[in-house]
Amino acid sequence: MSDDDTTETSDATGSADGSDGDEDPVFEAAKYADGTVTYPPHPVGPNGAERVGTVDLRDREARVVTWTTSTATPPGVREPNTLAIVEFDLGDDDNDNDGGRSGPPVRALGQVAADPDGGTFDVAIGDRVEPVYAGELREPGAGIREPESQSWDGFRFRPVE
Amino acid sequence: MERVAIIGASMTRFGQRDAWVRELLAEAGEAALADAGIAGEDLDHLYVSNMASGEFEGQTGVPNALAHDLAAQPAYTARIDQTSSSGGAGVYAAWQSIASGASDLTMLVGGEKMTHRSTAEATDVIASLTHPVEYKHGVTLPSFAGLTARLYLDTYDAPRESLGKVAVKNHKNGVDNPHAQFRKEVDLETVLESPVVADPLRLYDFCPITDGSAALVFCPESVAEEYVPADEYAVVSGIGGATDTHVVHERADPTTMGGVVDSSEIAYEMAGIGPDDVDVAELHDMFTILEFLQSEDLGFFEKGEGWKAVEAGITDRDGDLPINTSGGLKSKGHPLGASGVAQVYEIFKQVTGDAGPRQVDADTGLACNVGGFGNCVTTAILEGNQ
Repeated sequence: MSDDDTTETSDATGSADGSDGDEDPVFEAAKYADGTVTYPPHPVGPNGAERVGTVDLRDREARVVTWTTSTATPPGVREPNTLAIVEFDLGDDDNDNDGGRSGPPVRALGQVAADPDGGTFDVAIGDRVEPVYAGELREPGAGIREPESQSWDGFRFRPVE
Repeated sequence: MERVAIIGASMTRFGQRDAWVRELLAEAGEAALADAGIAGEDLDHLYVSNMASGEFEGQTGVPNALAHDLAAQPAYTARIDQTSSSGGAGVYAAWQSIASGASDLTMLVGGEKMTHRSTAEATDVIASLTHPVEYKHGVTLPSFAGLTARLYLDTYDAPRESLGKVAVKNHKNGVDNPHAQFRKEVDLETVLESPVVADPLRLYDFCPITDGSAALVFCPESVAEEYVPADEYAVVSGIGGATDTHVVHERADPTTMGGVVDSSEIAYEMAGIGPDDVDVAELHDMFTILEFLQSEDLGFFEKGEGWKAVEAGITDRDGDLPINTSGGLKSKGHPLGASGVAQVYEIFKQVTGDAGPRQVDADTGLACNVGGFGNCVTTAILEGNQ
């Protein structure tokens, strides 16, 4: 299990959500014809609308909706494991050509990043956070799920300074 | 459409059992057959509610195994897996088999064997229902509960103690349930000082890991009195099933369980009643916060008011709307596939006047069984015939 939160997005290799092996990892959400956006992407949007593109959440800030610290974690998961549901505001969308969107904000769930002292950053409801790439969020193969069935890298969240 | 009656019910002792899943299922199944005064060979359909016997103990094919053990061949069998709501989904399947006319006599047996696994292993088996983007972060069902509890307390200005009072109430109810895993009262201080599991929730906010089984026998109401006296059967007057998002964080309001709202609306409409007509309810208190959410999403209380009802004693056994007279999953235990069946067992006992020291004044009862973290829900309404 990796707890390395220091990996910079620009230096990272491997496959995050939606990226190919040799490219920078992306934090890929899907955009649908009715303007809605979801993370993770689905074949169709929440209202059944066609998927028309993607949005990379990697360089965006989000707000903490809620958080918890779990002390009873499954095999291969760091303990304690602080998790947060965060909400990205896509109102000012610089990463696509749509000039913004009218759908609801998009949410994601993820681990809270480790702080420089080896603990986990403190977060509170309403705090601003940003994604930080981690090559391995939990140890593949330690749990019940088939290691090859999914990716194990992804984005944690750390407070915006 | 045939109206469907329940004419027999049983449940094993819940807790840490030496028996494996096949034996647990047979124990409850045999008792339910005896309660209805029938034999295995009388069954047209035999359903087994079970989430993960293959993952927990490497035993698959449990419906056929049970049919053989109960000499129920050539009954049609199927395993119903809807994670933690497998029991409720089994009630739906059994109801459907009778209502449609496909079966004249159906038995549902729900069961799970879990306690031979460590807490971490059992937690991971259950967490495997999550989406890959959740699973890789080490999400567990208890961590969803912690996330939701924090948001609920913050949004509705509810005190942390109100969650603890759910545990206190349900443990108190469980004392009078001979099948319950824990038959011991706990005080609020013990709950609030127990170890943190998923902040702000602590050990006593969570149900235990449990072995156990429960069973129900169904037939058309038109022939129910051929098996039991009129006051000993209950009618499934309403039932509904619904889903919410697989990915929990995609819900517009994380403190609302859409599957509870939608499934109960279907059940109320079928029964021709509303939430005010319910006399007693069994809710899926896998975590204390879930009792608040369901009591609101079922329409018993306004949004954000469920905690006040607990504080006011409205949901106590002697309150206006007793909730979880069985002790709930919190005290009775939560053998995944059995829980939804055991919820209906309790409501069946209440509306037929056979709940012993747990008896409340009830003609109409409701059971709400939740799978995942509200991902799949079944709501059933039973009416007594006294």
